[in-house]
Amino acid sequence: MSATFLGMPGNFPKNAAKAVQDSQLRYNLRKATHTIRGKRANVVGELPDWQELRAAGKAIKDHTLRNLDRYLVQLEAAVTRAGGTVHWARDAAEANAIVAGLVKATGETEVVKVKSMATQEIELNQALAAQGITAYETDLAELIVQLGDDFPSHILVPAIHRNRSEIREIFLEKMPKVPPNLTDDPPALAEAARLHLRERFLKSKVAISGANFMIAETGTLVVLESEGNGRMCLTLPETLISVVGIEKLLPSWRDLEVFLQLLPRSSTGERMNPYTSMWTGAVEGQDFHLVLLDNGRTDVLADEVGRQALRCIRCSACLNVCPVYERAGGHAYGSVYPGPIGAILTPQLRGMSSDLDASLPYASSLCGACYEVCPVAIDIPEVLVDLRAKAPHAAAERAGMKVAGWILNDHQRLARAQRAASRLRGLVPKRLPGPMSAWTDTRDIPEIPEESFRDWWERNERA
Amino acid sequence: MRVALFITCVNDTLFPGTGKAVVSLLRRLGCDVDFPAAQTCCGQMHVNTGYREEGVRLARHFTEVFAGYDAVVAPSGSCAAMVREQYPKLARPGSKGAAAIAEVVPKVYELSEFLLDVLKVDDVGAYFPHRVTYHPTCHSLRGLHLGDRPTRLLRNVRGLELVPLPGAEECCGFGGTFAVKNPAVSAAMGADKTRNILDTGAEVLCAADNSCLMHIGGTLSRQKTGVRTMHLAEILASTEENQ
Amino acid sequence: MSAREEILARIGKAVAGAADVEIPRDYRTAPQVEDVVGLFAERVDDYRAIVHVLPAAEVPARIDEAVAGRRMIVPDGFDRDGGWGDLDTADGVITSCAVAIAETGTIVLDHGPGQGTRAQTLVPDYHLCVVRADQIVAGVPEAIARLDPARPLTWISGPSATSDIELNRVEGVHGPRTLEVIIST
Repeated sequence: MSATFLGMPGNFPKNAAKAVQDSQLRYNLRKATHTIRGKRANVVGELPDWQELRAAGKAIKDHTLRNLDRYLVQLEAAVTRAGGTVHWARDAAEANAIVAGLVKATGETEVVKVKSMATQEIELNQALAAQGITAYETDLAELIVQLGDDFPSHILVPAIHRNRSEIREIFLEKMPKVPPNLTDDPPALAEAARLHLRERFLKSKVAISGANFMIAETGTLVVLESEGNGRMCLTLPETLISVVGIEKLLPSWRDLEVFLQLLPRSSTGERMNPYTSMWTGAVEGQDFHLVLLDNGRTDVLADEVGRQALRCIRCSACLNVCPVYERAGGHAYGSVYPGPIGAILTPQLRGMSSDLDASLPYASSLCGACYEVCPVAIDIPEVLVDLRAKAPHAAAERAGMKVAGWILNDHQRLARAQRAASRLRGLVPKRLPGPMSAWTDTRDIPEIPEESFRDWWERNERA
Repeated sequence: MRVALFITCVNDTLFPGTGKAVVSLLRRLGCDVDFPAAQTCCGQMHVNTGYREEGVRLARHFTEVFAGYDAVVAPSGSCAAMVREQYPKLARPGSKGAAAIAEVVPKVYELSEFLLDVLKVDDVGAYFPHRVTYHPTCHSLRGLHLGDRPTRLLRNVRGLELVPLPGAEECCGFGGTFAVKNPAVSAAMGADKTRNILDTGAEVLCAADNSCLMHIGGTLSRQKTGVRTMHLAEILASTEENQ
Repeated sequence: MSAREEILARIGKAVAGAADVEIPRDYRTAPQVEDVVGLFAERVDDYRAIVHVLPAAEVPARIDEAVAGRRMIVPDGFDRDGGWGDLDTADGVITSCAVAIAETGTIVLDHGPGQGTRAQTLVPDYHLCVVRADQIVAGVPEAIARLDPARPLTWISGPSATSDIELNRVEGVHGPRTLEVIIST
């Protein structure tokens, strides 16, 4: 990915307003999110114990986070015992430097990558490029994004904003040796990606991955995927470097029995994803390095309400049901973490000093659909509301809210304001000026009644 | 039974007809309805927009006004959800405020909950000879888990033809201050909602929240669709006499 | 302070005073499934893999038929005569498995005897897997309990696939595009 999210201008409402105008994007997003929504509902409905699994998943993650220091030390010992090397990175720069150093030590200048949110978050590809190392994304969607010089817009399916004919065009333009008669039939597109990457898999000496889970007890890393590009990267190269957020930990081997049911059904809407790889330390002669990444996670952990965001297993079920994501698209969030989870994770990881980051907690109608589908029961609306209380507020809005609060805190003041509004009822224009024009641009305002309910009651009932 | 009506600030100011409908409906069902005059607002707008301090003040006011009633009935899923779901998170555990909240919260009901769960009535004797579709607002659906309570009541209204709303469970795009903070997305959601409503061929869109109806109704009206919006209470209060 | 020390210290500070959490495990640890073989076959078939359910005696003939005309890799320990193929040029691979899961239609390889290395079951385009009925468990928890995390594990649910184009599943990307499963009863 040559593009970078950092320093992205604008804010969510502005970005979203632009996206809403893009009818192709809206069509693509609607089709994709509604498809996956239906699939998820079917396979979740199959399990009679879904709520029990969800409760267990939530509790396992909370327990892990409570004891994260102890479990990380346990993980480190287990990985080391199994022949792996563990590195610790406080932030993105430190993680990138560790990875670049490890790649350089092999003498290689090219690496293959398994799709990983953590390495996107730290913008590893750009950091490696600056050191003369080329990183090749091998996941189909990541490949589409990388070839298209584009931004990812979804956690699971980074190219969800593209439809089949757009993907065909990108392949024709950017993929050497692609047959000119390539159709937009999805199997044909998948075949083109297979041929494009085949040779690279067989000759690559270094691979970089993330992980879905790490098991403290055994030192096992787990990667779920669909295409087999993950297996190629994890298996064939001589050196494997995994960059993993510290919150990806599970205490015991047994805990996988919960998460291997929750994750596939929530993410791709399948009973099980096609391939899951699990390995412990250095396997079959491979050199294995694990980079444990903080990069703001310990700050999130310190927030009593917000820390639940660290339960996230990156399934993206919340994106697929979110009415705001469906219309705004992933790019509007200006982060590798879009959608409802992004709206609570990004401002916590990056802070809210930029206009964009401060607007993210408001990128939700608080409809609650995200919380309902979350497999680890992250109460996203609760965290959004909590972040809104911490977000910087514009002076005019603050003043308006103060006045509204003052009026609403006393029934007599409220009654006087209502009577004033009733007297002016004939004078309210169809289109309101200032910030309220945001309402009347597309909606009529209700007629102000002659009399408030409380005045009616007073007149009829108290008399 | 001594029932306090929590009218909500939006209904009080903009939709007094809903309040009058609740009063007539509950009286018809034998309730002694009171309107505590000191009531104002639950504080949802302030809390949900990030003005917690003002919101907490309003929540405190609410608990003072409604202490001592057998039941508090609100014709709004959203405001009832605010009290039930969010109030307990506003006070420090063990504080006086937390005790006041714990005291009042279990007595607060959304209208359809009160009718079905407390009064145990699913046929309120209403008459409304029109084609109606029902939008389950997000907070009544996912906050209060009202389920089919409102539609059970509507199905027993004589003359009423209830038609299902496609994509009913999707948010209409109101979301309180979301409607003005993110107007483009809010309007896009509203437009999809109104398209689904028009597809039903209904004359009336019904919901348990006037705030959502204000947004959807404002869109329907701007598009000159001729579809009316009505609060659940207004349909349930309709009889052959007052038609 | 090293990064390790600093991160551990930050965590300690962040969670100080927070209550610990009990883990409820009220989910099904041994789902009741009447016909695990039938359910497994049905679920594998849902992934558009090829499935056969056969009495043990008929399995060798079925294998012969499946591999006819293909250059196959036959890993050490696979209970059958055969030679070693070359990874790059082999048409397919034949393996046994460690455990299989009925509810999800999953085969798990622990790459023990008869299961080849991870690369051998990945690079060839065709994977023929022989599953014994007694290796099939009903649900995920029983599979986890049977597996040894010290071994590398590969969980396979159908042929290679992608959902990256419009979120619809398409079979066949980098892994074996054809998965054939023979269930030996």
